[in-house]
Amino acid sequence: MRSGRKPLLSKLATNDGHAENSPYFDGWKAYERDPFHPTRNADGVIQMGLAENQLCFDMIEEWLINNPQASICTAQGLGMFKDTAIFQDYHGLPEFRNAVAKFMGRVRGNRAKFDPDRIVMSGGATGAHELISFCLADPGDTFLVPTPYYPGFDRDVCWRTGVQLLPVVCDSSNGFMVTRNALESAYENAKAANTPVKGLLITNPSNPLGTVLDKETLRDILSFVNEKNIHLVSDEIYSATVFNDKPRFTGVSEIIEEDQTLCNPNLVHVIYSLSKDLGFPGFRVGIVYSYNDEVVGCARKMSSFGLVSSQTQHLVASLLSDDVFVEKFLSESARRLENRHRIFTDNLDQVGIKCLQRNAGLFQLMDLSHLLRDKTFEAEMELWKVIIDEVKLNISPGSSFHSSEPGWFRVCIANMDDQTVDVALRRIRAFVSRSEGAMAASAKKKRCWQNQNRKLRVSLSYRRMEELMMMPPLSPIPQSPLLRAQT
Amino acid sequence: MGILSKKATCNSHGQDSSYFLGWQEYEKNPYHESLNPSGIIQMGLAENQLSFDLLESWIAQNPDAAGFKRDGQSIFRELALFQDYHGLPAFKEALVEFMSEIRGKRVGFDPRNIVLTAGATSANEALMFCLAEAGDAILIPTPYYPGFDRDLKWRTGAEIVPIQCTSSNGFKITASALEEAYATAHRQNLRVKAVLVTNPSNPLGTTMSEDELNLLVTFVISKGIHLVSDEIYSGTVFSSPSFKSIVEVLSERPDCRQSASDVWDRVHIVYSLSKDLGLPGFRVGAIYSSNRAVVEAATKMSSFGLVSSQTQYFLSAMLSDKKFTGHYIAENRRRLGQRHESLVRGLREAGIRCLDSNAGLFCWVDMRHLLKSNTFEAEIELWKKIVYEVRLNISPGSSCHCTEPGWFRVCFANMTEETLGLSMRRIKEFVAAYSGAASTPSCGGCGGDEMRNHRHHSKGSSGKNKFLNKWVFRLSPSHRREADDR
Repeated sequence: MRSGRKPLLSKLATNDGHAENSPYFDGWKAYERDPFHPTRNADGVIQMGLAENQLCFDMIEEWLINNPQASICTAQGLGMFKDTAIFQDYHGLPEFRNAVAKFMGRVRGNRAKFDPDRIVMSGGATGAHELISFCLADPGDTFLVPTPYYPGFDRDVCWRTGVQLLPVVCDSSNGFMVTRNALESAYENAKAANTPVKGLLITNPSNPLGTVLDKETLRDILSFVNEKNIHLVSDEIYSATVFNDKPRFTGVSEIIEEDQTLCNPNLVHVIYSLSKDLGFPGFRVGIVYSYNDEVVGCARKMSSFGLVSSQTQHLVASLLSDDVFVEKFLSESARRLENRHRIFTDNLDQVGIKCLQRNAGLFQLMDLSHLLRDKTFEAEMELWKVIIDEVKLNISPGSSFHSSEPGWFRVCIANMDDQTVDVALRRIRAFVSRSEGAMAASAKKKRCWQNQNRKLRVSLSYRRMEELMMMPPLSPIPQSPLLRAQT
Repeated sequence: MGILSKKATCNSHGQDSSYFLGWQEYEKNPYHESLNPSGIIQMGLAENQLSFDLLESWIAQNPDAAGFKRDGQSIFRELALFQDYHGLPAFKEALVEFMSEIRGKRVGFDPRNIVLTAGATSANEALMFCLAEAGDAILIPTPYYPGFDRDLKWRTGAEIVPIQCTSSNGFKITASALEEAYATAHRQNLRVKAVLVTNPSNPLGTTMSEDELNLLVTFVISKGIHLVSDEIYSGTVFSSPSFKSIVEVLSERPDCRQSASDVWDRVHIVYSLSKDLGLPGFRVGAIYSSNRAVVEAATKMSSFGLVSSQTQYFLSAMLSDKKFTGHYIAENRRRLGQRHESLVRGLREAGIRCLDSNAGLFCWVDMRHLLKSNTFEAEIELWKKIVYEVRLNISPGSSCHCTEPGWFRVCFANMTEETLGLSMRRIKEFVAAYSGAASTPSCGGCGGDEMRNHRHHSKGSSGKNKFLNKWVFRLSPSHRREADDR
């Protein structure tokens, strides 16, 4: 029997569920084509769309030099090579789990304690989100997620799992706080649409907002999920990027340890990773931490599909077991993040750009609504293209984060050196004064000229975008020097 | 609501199979030459521990790769930030050249066709997600690696339909078995999407013959389906016939010329460094395909299980050293061949035969003559005796979906020569007692010497000592005195 017209590949392989056709990645493509370099390409596009933490590598490199045994390939560590290389137990190295559990507690000022036996490995937070979705939900089930949210969730939570995300709309009228009303309303919408809600996904500290949830809101959230008997997945991957106590970071763990009657712990799960707090996205260290024993058991079996390299487990275990280093690192990292934050907010403020008040994350949310031609997402995209093409900054438009209000842009500020910060701020200042200068002209003439100019600029921008679309698919990650290196 | 997903509560992860239960027994009572000499010897884990010294000596001579350095300069920052799912180009190049070298450079591979994943476990699953979905079936020849039940079916929703192979022809795939499997799938209302073979085979330890390979190619061409060749043991071929990869066969067939057929779009290879290099902990797997759509989709999916950049860098340095790889491939093969010979000889002295094999980290052992009856119940009964009394964790054929009772997979590359020798002595004693006696006392299989020389452990730092505690309390009455002496 011949196969006839049976499709060659699966639906998953050919659909858009990977979410990479979103404009979120177009900016990265612009960067790939023309990456900024302080000496070799001073006019290039500066990458401000990638939430990396590059502020503390010097501290880690120094630690590595002083701790050669952390690598199983140095003379000091070679004795561990064989045992580590054959270790593929999905429980993970005990010392790895112990060190990560201790670190997570430390990051929360020891106000919560983590059990190493509940630590489950995954392929980065990306893998962790997919894994927890597979454990908690079936195809067709829904997770509620407050907007704006990290675009990667569309892929991580939904693509291969068949789970859907339904937004809980939050807006700037109250600083994007997650209200009980918004939660109830989203839940009712889902019910009415016959899409059973299985859980709520929160990111705390938030990406893209950079804010932390206050205790009251968290208690509200926990009581909400308990009442509806749905799961709570709390993505806390930015927990160590909180740089001051205004307000202090509170994770869900602290609350449920404090008040054991508030929520059934079987509904509570935490996602963690070392990619943001330590700046190690390349090492793929993701963690699923669940208070539900059955979930731990299932997740552990599933973790086979994305275990952390034992070589990396060994390194991380050594690093995070060094209490003196960890203390030093956490306080210095917070100091540097706060410093970078202040530089940006002060400078942006001077040119009339307000940012959402925050005390965490690796990025700012800028309010550029006053620069929009009108309060529409089309206008937001137009402005974004101008910023990429003319200002040469790859920043992320709020629409890519499913924001309900146009005009917000996320700009990453911890992934560059001080020199590049200067250049970026200079360009922003220049752009704002150009825009303001243009706006000072008479209204009618101005509108006419602007329309023509804008159309020209926009059409130029669109053409360039189209050219970029024709390029072979690139990873949504900026070009690393390693791509050009010879071994 | 609040309950878990169906995947969380079902059994498709396959972890209740006897394959894993044997491991659990081993965990409770693991052999250790000084701490627990009468413990269970692990012969159920297909690891390659024979050539670590070669790796370690390379590492000692190449400190840069160890210390996140290139040419003396630290590249820690770049590595720590490198999360590009296209993978480190230097590593992919080194990997495809290594794959080519293993195949005697008879075929070349394009690094752009490689997708890196966290182990072959992840590679197989990601490939299935790309090729199949619920309602689809993958045909796999029996016996097969028990992990496939989890890797290929669990989260993808695809089904496995076995291609029955038997000892009558050395478990080779036949045209009729292929057709039979195809028809079976249709009777179950499943669409056949692919055939998946492991070559060299796990658990058989044999390389597929040219006839079999050609048969497969003809079959997938006629059905218009995919062919996945899991070649993770390709570097373990220690004697003739030499390994022939599926891509070699395709290259030689006139009906597979790119102009004549689109079969190249449907042939995919899975690889890993867990067996050939003995590095399962590092989670290095790969999908190789010349189908661009598959490569693109699988690359995006690899986000869920990328290879650590630290590991990619280290291995790119090692595998780029051609002097090292040439020596390693040859020496590794030689040692595997030698070890294989020791096992085969030891079993022969116990009157036990193995399937003739030329690859892998294990033998496919024929213990049908030791079965009380030609049933799987008898096979499990024999297996339990071997685990609990002979104290060898071997894998019963039923866990590998073998259609005939009495076959067992026995690993030989994950222990020292001495331990292998001990396991052979235990088997010989068992067979002698088993064939002679009507029933055996509960410790009849225990080697008397080891029990008398047994020393109890003192608090050690090894995690395995936790398990020794539990074991001590399970000693039979005749050994209670030793327990009290602790």
